[in-house]
Amino acid sequence: MNQQRRNLLKYSAVFGLMASAGLISEAQAQEWNKAAFEGKSLDDVFKVLNAGKPASSSAVTLVAPDIAENGAVVPVGITSTLKAEQMAILVEKNPSSLAAQFFIPAGTEPFVTTRVKMGQTSNVYAVVKADGKWFMSMKEVKVTLGGCGG
Amino acid sequence: MADPMRVRATEAGGVVDVKILMKHDMEAGQRKDASGKTIPQWFISTVTVQAQGKNVFMGEFGPAVSKDPFLNFKYKGAKGDKVVVSWVDNRGAKRTDEATVS
Repeated sequence: MNQQRRNLLKYSAVFGLMASAGLISEAQAQEWNKAAFEGKSLDDVFKVLNAGKPASSSAVTLVAPDIAENGAVVPVGITSTLKAEQMAILVEKNPSSLAAQFFIPAGTEPFVTTRVKMGQTSNVYAVVKADGKWFMSMKEVKVTLGGCGG
Repeated sequence: MADPMRVRATEAGGVVDVKILMKHDMEAGQRKDASGKTIPQWFISTVTVQAQGKNVFMGEFGPAVSKDPFLNFKYKGAKGDKVVVSWVDNRGAKRTDEATVS
């Protein structure tokens, strides 16, 4: 009986935590990498992704504007000459660094473009995993109007 | 029911260029409403794209992806391929749309 009670307690604790984080839904069971998206700094995210310290590489190209007038919509793209299997976009000074990550199966080009929000002027990182190794490319994007506050 | 996406897929030289525009608020959980209460996070968390029944692209979004997310990628395919795009948000809402490669 004690064991059962213990389990129940454990469950409700986890449940409560999820609810307070606003993350409660069975869809979360999909393998969305919660820990990575909660990483506050670049190092946090690299650690969760098991990326170590990605090496700067000219084989990774980050396509982003020099100046973003509207931080709510910053077009960011990654291309690479490597055989990328995983790619990620990180914004250093956002509340959580990881903006998005992508998985590239064989037959799909190492190319992706999306739009992200930026709270303030920050370095933006494109990180690419190829052959089990991580590479990155960085660019500073100046934001004249933040997109995270309101 | 979530609003439909716009999916456009065009083939050139054996490579299909897929452009997706999803319709979603993508609330970052940073903003406050008029009464000063934080608006809770609400965002698309995973996007999966299949072509001819095979996975060609998988994306995980955080709340830092812009409102009405846009996605562009390329895969090796052919005209007539059926491209199926699905997303799931952090509240469990889902949406699937498809397009034929032209």
